[in-house]
Amino acid sequence: MLGLIVDVIIYIFLIIGVFFNFLAGFGLLRFPDVYTRLHAGTKCTTFGSIFITGSVIILGLKMWYLGSADGSVLAIHTAGALIAILLTNPTGAHAIARAAHRSGVKPVAAIVDGLDEMNKKTIKKPNEKKEVKK
Amino acid sequence: MIAFIVTSILCFIIYLLLTTGSGTLGLWSLEEILLGIILSLITGFVTRKVFIKKDYRMLNPVRWFTFLIYIIGPFFIGMAKSNIDVAYRVITGKINPGIVKICPDLKTDLGITLLANSITLTPGTLSVDIDEEKNNLYIHWINVNEKKLKGETVETKYICGNFEKWIRRITE
Amino acid sequence: MIEYFNEYIIVLIALLICVIMSIIRVVRGPTAPDRIVGLDTINTIVISSMVIFGAAFREVIYIDVAIVYALLSFISTLFIAKYLEGGDY
Repeated sequence: MLGLIVDVIIYIFLIIGVFFNFLAGFGLLRFPDVYTRLHAGTKCTTFGSIFITGSVIILGLKMWYLGSADGSVLAIHTAGALIAILLTNPTGAHAIARAAHRSGVKPVAAIVDGLDEMNKKTIKKPNEKKEVKK
Repeated sequence: MIAFIVTSILCFIIYLLLTTGSGTLGLWSLEEILLGIILSLITGFVTRKVFIKKDYRMLNPVRWFTFLIYIIGPFFIGMAKSNIDVAYRVITGKINPGIVKICPDLKTDLGITLLANSITLTPGTLSVDIDEEKNNLYIHWINVNEKKLKGETVETKYICGNFEKWIRRITE
Repeated sequence: MIEYFNEYIIVLIALLICVIMSIIRVVRGPTAPDRIVGLDTINTIVISSMVIFGAAFREVIYIDVAIVYALLSFISTLFIAKYLEGGDY
């Protein structure tokens, strides 16, 4: 009986995870510019990955409880993969957004763009630096 | 010296996590543990100055405990909200974007990093750039509320709720 | 005959469809940052599908590969972003 409940929880987690990964792909196709695509591509895949790895962790704990030595290894290593995803994903998104803005991609239909004026004041464009060196 | 010990212990814990199930001594074999001790001592000696820069504030276990509560409680709820929000915008296509500036009152680098990552994973916002002198963050907001704008600046509580208080409690 | 579990294979097929949707964005994307966003999404989906592979075949080695893949793809994303940004390295 307990095993059945655990199985149902695993399936529900898998369905939620696949649904959010689908939303990520769909948002990538539907949104109009880089920044809004980053919203879809980062948040939805991170949340979906949490649920997918969570289902595998529950599976490993269940196997461990039933007496298989592989189960503990499965659960602990999957937790390591989850921590790696949580640390690296938002940082990568931040790097892409910053690179996109500095390489000159403007947000579509933006109401305000506070960063644009800050860039003009403080950051030297890479071309200007090269001219100074010559 | 403290930096060397802390870095070595952290490396040893990560090594143990990656080699579970290799033998009979608990979950590990004796050879793996000995090799792990030697390797983590070498790694700790080489990287001790990169990892901890004269700031021993984060060694306090109370801060780790607060951090764990923050991850499980308000952070996870904010993340669930943000995903439902993005799902709504993907399906209906209603967007109203813009880049705004916020001025969080945090001093340490670790605090700013945590806040930027939290903002990226929570409702409708994405950190784009940072002013390293004044610690101002520039945020891409997917649904700009024009009533709350003051020029380009928005108060921090409209962007990320009470995350700033939590992070100040963790890092300062 | 290798033993495997059907329900995880179905999840893998669904994740494959997500990867195909991202590949369309990588091919069509008008600017270079668009393509990187697609690649980043593909990386994360590949990590989670490697974890699912590990569960389907009950093999731990796939999950170790997933951890290493996560860290390497993060470094490659950072490097491409730095290259786009220009300036000194």
